[in-house]
Amino acid sequence: MNAPNGNLAVDWTLLAEINAFNSAYGHTIDDDALERWPDFFTEDCFYQIIARENVDAGLPGAIIYCDSRGMLVDRIVALRRANIYPEHYSRHVIGTAMITGVDGDAIGAQASYVVLQTRADGETKIYNAGRYRDRFVRVDGALRLARRECIYDTHSIATLLVTPI
Amino acid sequence: MLTRAQDGTLNAWVNRCAHKGASVCRSPRGNSADGTFVCVYHQWSYDSAGKLIGVPFRRGLKGVGGYPADFDFGAHGLQALRVESIAGMVFGSLAQDPPSLDEFLGEVMVANVRRILHRPIKVLGYARQRMAGNWKLYAENSRDAYHGGLLHLFYPTFGIYRPSQESREDVDAQGYHCMFSISRPKVDVAYESFSQEANREMGGGTAELQDARVIEYRPDMADGISLCIQSLFPSVVLQQIQNTLATRQVVPLDVDSTDLIWTYFGYEDDDEEVTRHRLRNFNLVGPAGFISMEDGEAVEIVQHGIAGANERRSFVEMGGDDVRPLYAPIGMDENSVRGFWRGYFGLMKGRAPAAAMAAE
Repeated sequence: MNAPNGNLAVDWTLLAEINAFNSAYGHTIDDDALERWPDFFTEDCFYQIIARENVDAGLPGAIIYCDSRGMLVDRIVALRRANIYPEHYSRHVIGTAMITGVDGDAIGAQASYVVLQTRADGETKIYNAGRYRDRFVRVDGALRLARRECIYDTHSIATLLVTPI
Repeated sequence: MLTRAQDGTLNAWVNRCAHKGASVCRSPRGNSADGTFVCVYHQWSYDSAGKLIGVPFRRGLKGVGGYPADFDFGAHGLQALRVESIAGMVFGSLAQDPPSLDEFLGEVMVANVRRILHRPIKVLGYARQRMAGNWKLYAENSRDAYHGGLLHLFYPTFGIYRPSQESREDVDAQGYHCMFSISRPKVDVAYESFSQEANREMGGGTAELQDARVIEYRPDMADGISLCIQSLFPSVVLQQIQNTLATRQVVPLDVDSTDLIWTYFGYEDDDEEVTRHRLRNFNLVGPAGFISMEDGEAVEIVQHGIAGANERRSFVEMGGDDVRPLYAPIGMDENSVRGFWRGYFGLMKGRAPAAAMAAE
């Protein structure tokens, strides 16, 4: 943990790699290349979008809860072909990652994010702010998310949520 | 604010100090160790029932100021609500002399609340969404059986087809409340999970689920009812959609702004695996729900569309122009929507709930 009074040594190479990963992750969603979004995860990944108030209270209820990559794919197919929602652009602004621990092949990290949303009226609003709480692993040498939790502060979701965070 | 005293007594009061009107309780939830609520502004303090129990400097200081000797604590309490509960589901009313909850909801509605809450529950979490629309548009939406398969395209898109469903819609005598239920016929067939059936039936749609656990259903009750959406007037929905159990509170914020607060729950005796299954099922409902997210959009496009159209009327005559206590099967009607408006207009025209009932 990189606490102010703790060990401030940073693995700069690893940090740069995670930051690059997060940057690619955000752009993939914002560029509407959603079919590639599941590729950032391992096959048996866990992904959820959960209100911070629930995490703080120790409650597990999430608005999106996926415990397989297949469920991520289903989310995108539903978005493209079934769900109805206001047209919008997403814009991820992701802060630099903080490495919270390395355990063998697994890397714990977190990063703050802000997702802005622009709908047909042209106004850009803060749609969702929160943090990613992540566990990365390496698959064939490349980083993949074994676990990503989007823990959102913005606990009033505007209209609905369809696009991943 | 709703409080529970140590002896279990429930009280509710309007969160507005009797002195200046400030919010007395400034947290959405929590515990008060000594059972009192103190307004931070001038430290007027109240007990958990909202009774005023203390004001600072009541006698002034050194003979200066203070309140007169006949200051009446009893006249300066918080505005109390009448509170009643059914199986742990708590209802409040601001009316001076409301009908009993049993009378207001009616036998059928009360029986279903007891059915869903038949054993102790545990809260699994909250989700909140804000819709740019009037609360009545959501009240209509949750009572609208017509839109189900037309707006929410998740099931048809993935070819999830359940041929052997029976459905019905119950409306109380006043038209306020309604309940949709869908069940399998009680025949001698092993109850198979939706996922098995869904996998078999897939191909009817244009897409295939990679992971069908999201729609898996494990009966919580022996009565075969796999879906139940109960809209209670004016502002709450109690639902059992597959294994998702939840309430939805409809909170009007402004004429064109409404919060929908989802409280997800399971049963206290659920083991970890059952809880995980419910969490997976919750993907179907809530602000990001596969079969519910569109409701937020529906509310908003109607609000947007009707702005400035005060001389115009919507048309709500699918399946008739009356309100029937029982309609079956559901889907080809707007019976409960008409019920809602009948009840609502009755109240707005000054008929008390009991009188509205008599008028039926």
